[in-house]
Amino acid sequence: MTLFYLFAAIAVLASLLVVAQHNPVYSVMLLIASFGALSGLYVLLDAPFVAVIQIIVYAGAIMVLFLFVVMLLNAPREDTDYDIRVHPLFRRGPLWFGAALAVCLAAELAWALGATRMRSGFPAAQMVSVETLGHRLFTDYAFQFEVTSVLILVAMIGAVIMARHDEPGGKQ
Amino acid sequence: MPTLNDYLMLSGILFAIGTAGVFVRRNIITVLLSVEIMLNAVNLSFVAFGRQMGYADGQIIVFFVMTVAAAEAAVGLAIVIALFRHRESLNPDTFTMLKW
Repeated sequence: MTLFYLFAAIAVLASLLVVAQHNPVYSVMLLIASFGALSGLYVLLDAPFVAVIQIIVYAGAIMVLFLFVVMLLNAPREDTDYDIRVHPLFRRGPLWFGAALAVCLAAELAWALGATRMRSGFPAAQMVSVETLGHRLFTDYAFQFEVTSVLILVAMIGAVIMARHDEPGGKQ
Repeated sequence: MPTLNDYLMLSGILFAIGTAGVFVRRNIITVLLSVEIMLNAVNLSFVAFGRQMGYADGQIIVFFVMTVAAAEAAVGLAIVIALFRHRESLNPDTFTMLKW
């Protein structure tokens, strides 16, 4: 029980710092910490395989890709002062409208949580094994699985074409 | 014991943080990172619901979400590299070439 609050606190704090941080390298590192805490939450939810691929795929692959790009671009710090002066979102009207929407959303969430208060915890543990997951993935979800492979192929080709450096002389 | 409500509340908080990041930040890489936070918040609620109902489907959908996240990150970062090459900036407000 305390583990849940520990992991939840780490995830929320790290995510807040990701948004508040002005150096993208620190943002990526903090997001990895947040993913680690989420992986702990998946273990608490009896989903060990999801926890493992959260670490391997998200923290290990996707975040390293982000880190590569951040360091490759030698990203400049953002020019926030300039934006606060000229950006249309920082005018008085949009600010008040956004604040009103945020209050509405918070009130609705509080109401929904109060209306559906869960007294009991989760039902008795029934671990979903990797075998079950693989079986479901290759029978019931076989079509979606194949579509996913096409999606990844398209994303790969798109990324290669877009990031390619076009020489003015037509030579790649 | 933490209940489903606690997990859903955590998921909602994380999603709100991600949404705020997309709107508030003026660095396109941080905006992409905020999108990842939102995707992870949704993943958490999928797994929590699956645990509550006793289905494996919640975890299977998480795999698909992760695949989409990986594809989104790859294409998004390729676009960022291409844009940075032309504009020398990471501020999304400078990328207005599609506006007429």
